[in-house]
Amino acid sequence: MKTTEKHYTLTRRSLLKGMGSVSLLGLFGSRMRYANAGSKVNMGFIYVGPRDDFGYNQAHFEGKSGVASQAWVNAFDQESVPETVEVQKAMESMINLDGAQVLFPTSFGYFDPHILKIAKKYPEIMFLHCGGLWDEKKHPKNVGSYFGYIDEPVYVAGVVAGLMSKTNKLGFIAAIPIPQVLKNINCFTMGARSVNPDITTNVIFTGGWANPVKEAEAANSMVDQGVDVLTCHVDSPKVIVETAEKRGVYSCGYHTNQLPLAPKGFLTGAEWNWTNVYTDYAKMIKNDELIPNLVRGGLKEGIVKSSPYGSAVTPAAKKAADAAREKFKTGNFTAFVGPIKDNTGKVVIPEGKSYPQRDLWLESMDWLVEGVIGSTKS
Amino acid sequence: MNNVLRIDRLEPLIIPMTALLFALILFAIFITLVGADPFGVFHSIYRGAFGSWFSWQNTLVRAAPLMLTALCTALPARMGLIVIGGEGAFVLGGLCSALTGLMLVGSPAWFAISMMMLAGAITGGLWIAAAGALKYRRGVNETISSLLMNYIAIAVMNFLIIGVLRDPATLNKPSTYPIDEAHMFVDIGNSSIHWGLVVSIVICLLLWFLSRRTVFGYAVDIAGGNERAARIARLPVGFLVLATCFLGGASAGIAGMIEVAAIHGRANTSLNAGYGYEGILIAFLARHNPLLIIPAAILMGGIRAASGLLQRSHDLPDATSLVMQGIIFIVILGSESLYGRFKIFRQQHSSERAVA
Repeated sequence: MKTTEKHYTLTRRSLLKGMGSVSLLGLFGSRMRYANAGSKVNMGFIYVGPRDDFGYNQAHFEGKSGVASQAWVNAFDQESVPETVEVQKAMESMINLDGAQVLFPTSFGYFDPHILKIAKKYPEIMFLHCGGLWDEKKHPKNVGSYFGYIDEPVYVAGVVAGLMSKTNKLGFIAAIPIPQVLKNINCFTMGARSVNPDITTNVIFTGGWANPVKEAEAANSMVDQGVDVLTCHVDSPKVIVETAEKRGVYSCGYHTNQLPLAPKGFLTGAEWNWTNVYTDYAKMIKNDELIPNLVRGGLKEGIVKSSPYGSAVTPAAKKAADAAREKFKTGNFTAFVGPIKDNTGKVVIPEGKSYPQRDLWLESMDWLVEGVIGSTKS
Repeated sequence: MNNVLRIDRLEPLIIPMTALLFALILFAIFITLVGADPFGVFHSIYRGAFGSWFSWQNTLVRAAPLMLTALCTALPARMGLIVIGGEGAFVLGGLCSALTGLMLVGSPAWFAISMMMLAGAITGGLWIAAAGALKYRRGVNETISSLLMNYIAIAVMNFLIIGVLRDPATLNKPSTYPIDEAHMFVDIGNSSIHWGLVVSIVICLLLWFLSRRTVFGYAVDIAGGNERAARIARLPVGFLVLATCFLGGASAGIAGMIEVAAIHGRANTSLNAGYGYEGILIAFLARHNPLLIIPAAILMGGIRAASGLLQRSHDLPDATSLVMQGIIFIVILGSESLYGRFKIFRQQHSSERAVA
């Protein structure tokens, strides 16, 4: 099929080819191919919050800026788009007015119903969503998802926190008790307890992804209770990291690098490395390759990474953390080796049983590991 | 004489239009200061908001919920109450209509949609009426109470959605179970505008009729203008407070219902997207006239619709369109004080009287 500038067509042959696709990581569904006639690759990015939030949205913006540095890429974006009909209109606008070939609506809540609805209307455009929800049986072929096992660098940050804490009390400020968040809390705690079994982690759920006032209150109250390392899973760790710095305690970052916010107390953090992911997608489109519907990876694949160490981190802590990171990079390491009890004393993983770090069962997690002080009922 | 254009009648048109023009000049100065080309920006706003059928659909679909949340402030304002609780009524209206929809899965669409709308209206209505009752019975400032009630409403919704009402399949974005797909609003023709826009316009027209052409509306205006005079005239002031608050809240509740039935198909935290707060601005722009709310909502919907294009073609942040809305809001509010100040309107007015 001939294609012209800014036009790319899904050929029947490529679809058939896609149906019989190879499986990678055992997770890949069917693929889709776009022919591109040598013109620029047009990529649209949509964020739910501001580009410079020192958090989730900034991480994606940095990824967009990274891929935009390629001369053959034309990347454009839109910030602060709520999960309403607005995101549907933003997607359509990027397709109709900017000629987007591939869209990256990055907020979790954009997927159902918004992406699914617009994807049906524009079958020739690829919609790639951050969050890992694509289901071969239910979802259109021009939709895909990508996500990273960020719990791996969170575990590494836990190792640093466990060795740096003097009070043995860590603090974790979290948005809502969903599996992704619980897995991070558990991995942070297990990482810390792997090097210091006396560690406990206090958890406070704020009830929302962007609640700066509550986040600051939670941070202050934790410091008052003797917590000396703070970390979080909210959209923007800015307020929490700054509060920790002001109160003179350590902090571990999340989403993106927060070292500039806390030059004294910042230890390390877990970051996304979206530049890698977005550049890979752009290359696939440019080279006319099949686009996988499901892309996942962790430290090994370079989808996530650790933030640089802050000045306070001791050589011993660095060494232990580097060792933990190397173990994840082999792809064989898991923190979920039985016996593991939850924080009510119930055995969740019996002796002799273990789950790979990326096991699907862990993605419906509803328990907090021993050593965590808090409840999922919040 | 009747056919002659009477300049005093034009006062309510000329003042806001001049104010709008003045606001646009201020905005152009702001744009120049941040280093962009104001003419290019205005052209993009026009193109993104009203420049094509695609842009019009974009604008209208955003304007629909704003018309209804604006009524939540506009109706009580006719009684002299400043209610800013539209967000809470919207969120709870959406939640309760989704629950009603869940109970009616499988029933005929007309019945289910009417019941959901009723549920949204009653919930939103009672919520704002509660703020009205607090004001009337206990003297609690309705602006503060309705604002604080927004937070309560959002917290209640979060609590229920994360807790008992959660569909366990929604692991990482807690939501209620989905309503019956047959009960969802469809798009009008082959446009991307859902029928909620028609519902919103009809409600604006009905409430305009109620407030401008009925005894009830007349009584509200009197009580709003002078409560003591209204009491002396034996108007049921308490009833009027509750009724206007209820109708305003019911409108915002229906907006929440439309958001569930036309967009999300279930209730979740996406309902809390700020439509209630944007409605306050529109109510003031329209001087609390339900009819003028329609064009005011379309104007504001259009400015928001153009925001994406401003970001992508001028590298301006999303806040630019909020700055523009803010400038328009403040200038139009400021222009309120100009009514009756210009001789040109008054002279004509008095000579008119002399002739009569």
